[in-house]
Amino acid sequence: MRNVLAWLGSTLFTAGLLTTAADASRAESLVFLSTQLRPIEEAQNMRKVILKDFPREVDYVTEQPPQLPVRIKAEQQGVTHTIDVVGALHGELQPLVPLDALVPLDDLAGQLNGRGIPDQLMTLGKFGTAHQLYIPWMQASYIMVANREALPYLPGGADINALGYDQLASWASAIQEKTGKRLLGFPAGPQGLMHRFFEGFLYPSYTGGVVVPFRSEAAEAMWAYFALLWKSVNPNSTSYNFMQEPLLSGDVWIGFDHIARMLDALRQKPDEFVAFPAPSGPKGRGYMPVLAGLAVVKGAPEMNGAMALIDYLDQPETQILTARSVGFFPVVKANLPPDLEPGLRLGANAIEKMQSAKDALPALLPIGLGQRGGEFDKVFMDTFQLVVLRGQKPRAVLDREAETLRRLMTETDAPCWQPDPPHTGACQVQ
Amino acid sequence: MRARYIPYLLIAPSLGFLTMLFFVPLAQTIALAFQADGIWSTENFARMAVDLNFTDAVVNTFEIVIIVVPLQLLLALAMAMMLQHVRAGRDIVLWIWSIPLGISDLAAGLVWLAILTDKGYLNTVLLALGVLSGPQSWLTYETPATLLAAIVVAELWRATAIVLVILVSGVQLIPKEYGEAAEVFGATPWQRFTRVTLPLLRPSIQTALILRTVLAFEMFAIVLSIGGRNFPVLVSEAFNWQYNQQDFGVAAAYAVIVMGVSLAATLVYLRVLRTPAEQR
Repeated sequence: MRNVLAWLGSTLFTAGLLTTAADASRAESLVFLSTQLRPIEEAQNMRKVILKDFPREVDYVTEQPPQLPVRIKAEQQGVTHTIDVVGALHGELQPLVPLDALVPLDDLAGQLNGRGIPDQLMTLGKFGTAHQLYIPWMQASYIMVANREALPYLPGGADINALGYDQLASWASAIQEKTGKRLLGFPAGPQGLMHRFFEGFLYPSYTGGVVVPFRSEAAEAMWAYFALLWKSVNPNSTSYNFMQEPLLSGDVWIGFDHIARMLDALRQKPDEFVAFPAPSGPKGRGYMPVLAGLAVVKGAPEMNGAMALIDYLDQPETQILTARSVGFFPVVKANLPPDLEPGLRLGANAIEKMQSAKDALPALLPIGLGQRGGEFDKVFMDTFQLVVLRGQKPRAVLDREAETLRRLMTETDAPCWQPDPPHTGACQVQ
Repeated sequence: MRARYIPYLLIAPSLGFLTMLFFVPLAQTIALAFQADGIWSTENFARMAVDLNFTDAVVNTFEIVIIVVPLQLLLALAMAMMLQHVRAGRDIVLWIWSIPLGISDLAAGLVWLAILTDKGYLNTVLLALGVLSGPQSWLTYETPATLLAAIVVAELWRATAIVLVILVSGVQLIPKEYGEAAEVFGATPWQRFTRVTLPLLRPSIQTALILRTVLAFEMFAIVLSIGGRNFPVLVSEAFNWQYNQQDFGVAAAYAVIVMGVSLAATLVYLRVLRTPAEQR
């Protein structure tokens, strides 16, 4: 009997020790929840490379973008909080603002003053409030990539780094004429990001806005142009999700996509490809910057640790490491080292040229639509499908789709975002 | 007295399981489909019906079902009859024929995609044979006929085996004496097939048709991987509304439509292929 008691006692003691140890290790590690860098390879790079030199242990956890507000809401309603830092795109952090889930980071923003984060990026992190709600983390954009074999067909006098949409059209049709193949490609597949091309590139370039001039005459002319351009586009485009694959296989010579979705092509064959800014239209060179930010959740168990982690991730060395290992570019002033991979450098240069172009016209991701961003994207993709793929007249399609857009904007009460002009109340189609 | 309750006790867990994980979500889906902003309405169905892909999705889904299911039945019947006459290696033949059953829809779709893309195996072979002079696209919005044909072939390849397995087990249940008796009276092989085998096989055919038709209305992964945006079907549209547009109401409306169509098809089969009581 005594033996049994002794055994029980020692077991309980060991169990107690283990529990305490587990508690201690849990308390030691910070939880970093991110909607970015989700693919296993990128997540491992985050854990093993980027976070390696941070003095504390960090649990890097990923989450699908639509689940982020759901999870944060659940934590708010629950008793225990686990998440310290949230990393997500600007538009994904936005739904957390009405939930009142983010800690103001004004002090931290002040400390990071010397890092050289551009003012316009910092301002985005305020979401129009008086407080800094996230700190810019890393950025990317959409660019164009072309096979070098396509370069001889460039229209005379065209500068590839300052291309116009008309020149893109004559370039693609020259290639079609000479080779008999349609070698311009867009990511219009089911998982592709084609809608961003309309929202952030074509519409701003042709109409100077997105929502307000949705059914304007300029928009009508723009769709007519795009339907014409589509005659030189590879018909497999409606199946392309990532442009790097058709670029690498040679099915496409000129492609537009998010840089992360073309990086494999640039990395594998940096000598065969060139990267360049998106074209410009009558109203400028519309482009969509992609900005990811870092925020701290209210009730975070480790407020100080969270601040230290953000500070660490925004150090120039960490930012360069991030560019090297996952292909997102610095938001702080950081000189890319001369030994940077050639493929990455191609991409970085294209983004740099696009941002610093004289006619650059940045267009933000939709703001204030919350869960209904997908419906907004559908308006543009439906218009594309009807006008370009089914050959309907732009006027009638635009008028009909404008009704859907109007209802969406009224119901979400979303204000206009750049480059649409500021406006009181819900942004409306004119 | 107690023995009376034992059967109910024993089936209670499975009943509870089904109720929890099938009937409750089913009721919730129906409720979701008929509600907009918390009010009972048919708005979700109205939005579904005016969407540009709705008509295409309905037409495409029915097109596939109407083409694929009868073809599969014919093929499986032929295969089952042939199998009857195979003596040695019968199990191996059956095993090879049912390989596609063990492959997931998505994997099957990707296999066919690899065959049929511009630089896929089919074009490579055709190019080598000199039939083509350059890559030919089969799966784009510009080639709807070959796209449909590709999906039909892939579906045939993937799902004929399930019909076959049901029919083979049905054929094995038919006593040999009937066939032999018919032969004695001078029936030709064709007469024996149409007058003896087919009628006795009716319950199996009914089961196979119900299962296959319901599954064909729900087909998704194979169509998505081969057709993508170019070939919308009911379930892929439900998926789009649920995940891309995040409009759960319209997605639920599609789910209700798929369920309604499947139920109707099942009822039709049960009625048309009814086995008279005296034959059971």
